[in-house]
Amino acid sequence: MVKRILAVDDSASMRQMVLFTLQGAGYEVLQACDGVEALDMARASTVDLVLTDVHMPRMDGITLVRELRTLPNYKFVPMLILTTESSQEKKMDGKSAGATGWIVKPFNPPQLLATVARVI
Amino acid sequence: MTLDPEMAEIAKVFFQESREGLDVMESGLLSLGATADTENINTIFRAAHSIKGGSATFGFAEVADFTHGVETLLDQMRNGVRPVTPEAIQTLLQACDCLREMVAATEAEKPHDKDRIAALNADITHILGEPPNQAPTPGAPSGTADAAAAQPAAANESSGWRIAFEPVVDLLRVRNEPTRMFAELNSLGAFTARADVSRLPPLDELDPESCYLSWNIEIAGQIPRARLDEVFDWVDSRCRLDIVPIGSCAPLLPEPVASAAAPLPANLAVAQRGPASGAPVQKTAGESGSIRVATEKVDNIINLVGELLITQSMLSGFADGIEPDDLDRLRQGLSQLARNTRELQESVMQIRMLPISFAFNRFPRIVHDLSRKLGKKVELKLSGEGTELDKTVLEKISDPLVHLVRNALDHGLETPDRRLAAGKHESGTLELAAFHEGGNIIIEVRDDGAGLNKAKILQKARERALIAEDQDLSDEQIDNLIFMPGFSTAEQVSDVSGRGVGMDVVRRNINDLGGHVQISSKQGVGSTIRIRLPLTLAILDGQLVRVGKEVYVISLLAIVETIQVARERVNTLAGRTEVFRLRDEYLPVVKLCDQFGVEPDSRNATDGLLVVVESDGKRAGVLVDDLLAQQQVVIKSLESNFKPVSGIAGATILGDGTVALIIDVPDFIREAVKRSGGAVTAHAA
Repeated sequence: MVKRILAVDDSASMRQMVLFTLQGAGYEVLQACDGVEALDMARASTVDLVLTDVHMPRMDGITLVRELRTLPNYKFVPMLILTTESSQEKKMDGKSAGATGWIVKPFNPPQLLATVARVI
Repeated sequence: MTLDPEMAEIAKVFFQESREGLDVMESGLLSLGATADTENINTIFRAAHSIKGGSATFGFAEVADFTHGVETLLDQMRNGVRPVTPEAIQTLLQACDCLREMVAATEAEKPHDKDRIAALNADITHILGEPPNQAPTPGAPSGTADAAAAQPAAANESSGWRIAFEPVVDLLRVRNEPTRMFAELNSLGAFTARADVSRLPPLDELDPESCYLSWNIEIAGQIPRARLDEVFDWVDSRCRLDIVPIGSCAPLLPEPVASAAAPLPANLAVAQRGPASGAPVQKTAGESGSIRVATEKVDNIINLVGELLITQSMLSGFADGIEPDDLDRLRQGLSQLARNTRELQESVMQIRMLPISFAFNRFPRIVHDLSRKLGKKVELKLSGEGTELDKTVLEKISDPLVHLVRNALDHGLETPDRRLAAGKHESGTLELAAFHEGGNIIIEVRDDGAGLNKAKILQKARERALIAEDQDLSDEQIDNLIFMPGFSTAEQVSDVSGRGVGMDVVRRNINDLGGHVQISSKQGVGSTIRIRLPLTLAILDGQLVRVGKEVYVISLLAIVETIQVARERVNTLAGRTEVFRLRDEYLPVVKLCDQFGVEPDSRNATDGLLVVVESDGKRAGVLVDDLLAQQQVVIKSLESNFKPVSGIAGATILGDGTVALIIDVPDFIREAVKRSGGAVTAHAA
């Protein structure tokens, strides 16, 4: 079965890059541009993996992960945050919010795919 | 930069997005000066952060490196670690400019201005180097390094590793699955794991969502320690983890009770079903040559085309022959067609319309920079930013507006001490307003500064022989002298304005757009410059005039008035050029019949109508036989369909299918004034 991934980023170019890479590898990709939109999408359907940026308007990625973990359907869904190397504390915040792991920015398509393959 | 074609496509989105991000940063920074609210700094930070992330992802290292410093500074500001000073804002604004150029250079694959980048980097580093408000946030620089540094350097590689892995019970809840980690370890080298089930509770107390197992793992092979750290990176705070090279010491966990292969935790993944509906990423348009159009506008047009098709099919039913009874329906159909066509035309025109905010948006920055430079305090007020006008008009009005704003700041508004001395608030107000008025767009640039010095203007105009020594002018006429070529009253030439060119260029640019500019000013109170522009260049509000059998179009905007001519007020100069005296002013008379070689009803100026037109502050009378209707005409280019003809701005097709030429008023007036020689004094308003 095709795995479905919810990619959340406020930057259109990052979303496109993620979309292009993941679709090329045969994943289905849903996209949202901030936490609020992602939460709505996540409630409306289920996904196999959530990939989210940290800094976004309206609702940031950490809050999104925390909110998602309260949904029964998302109790065990892997969630990865996209973060920069300099934000060690963001990784910790992400973890305590319930993130499975992270992808360090910048990443190239093979790195993204390798990391995604670690969780689904 | 070598990106594969797909990535290069996406990089284009990144460039557009970066430009938008920089605009956000700039306007955010400009408003930061007034209030340092957290949400604003957050927005600026996010924009910088996205640019950094994107540029690093697409491999634009210089952009990413430069943005890193900017981002760090903003991060400290939003955390309250670093004060928001005007100097820091200024540096960040310059960094925005620099980034904008870097993005453009990257896109054009041109080299960066390395000196400028280095200089700004030094500025930012300098700010960052100053002692912060409080202790800087710990661990800000590369956090991954410390984990590795904590490990004994000698044990970096060995023939194998022994790993004791005791996760916390809720490991699975965040979907860190040991099985996946083991699969990854297995791919690194010969791997064995023995599960320790000592923590397993009795079955009735067992929580199926918890992880009670721990493992002793051995993995053989030349595996760098870093690879192992990577595998356990996500869980290192959720487990007890000991990694030691084989042979260095004993296993750290007690020997497992059962030595079965690790039981796999139940796969708890939720089944997925249903179609994917990935929202397409909106592609952003390039800077010029294309327009971003609201979907609504396009939908509207599609609707109208549908309506047209319906009407068309309704009318085509009559093709077989019209019965008298059908006439009513035919009329109905035709009026429907007329309405649809008009609406369609309006909608299509709408596509070219952009809000004037595109031109206004640059002013907060310009005013900020300029007022700093001039040592003046200025409050900029914008209104009517949503007023839409044609893209071409918008692009062409932008530079004249900048000029007017610079002038208002430099010459109009006074320095704070002079304002206080004059009993005004120390900070001046500059207003930019746009609104509709009678089918035109009005843009006003208002300041509450010193106003124009009429005496000085008069003196200067006389010095330069722009007006006659004894010429009497109204206040309004005096003010508008500043639009004459070669006029500048700036006592000192500054690098902001006052080079003696400018206002006349501004007026010419506006006239070329079919618009009109005038200034009114009151000494000590301020000045208002009022620009009137047509909504679009594709359609003209025209006055149809008749000469003999021919019909011509004159732009309504250019027409001042139309009068019947009294014989005694027409004079002939040098036996041939006629001038007409209108309220103490002599206007050269242009006879369309002579100009275009058509046979008029009458060659006598007193029998026709004189249409007084104005452009560039000069007036002329155009003699025609009759005034016909006023109507909007669609301008067809003569240049692209035939060749440029002097005196003709274009052509249009009238309702009956005949072609009417549109008169190029500025060109006509120039010719007329030239022909009448010095005999006619230029009108100054």
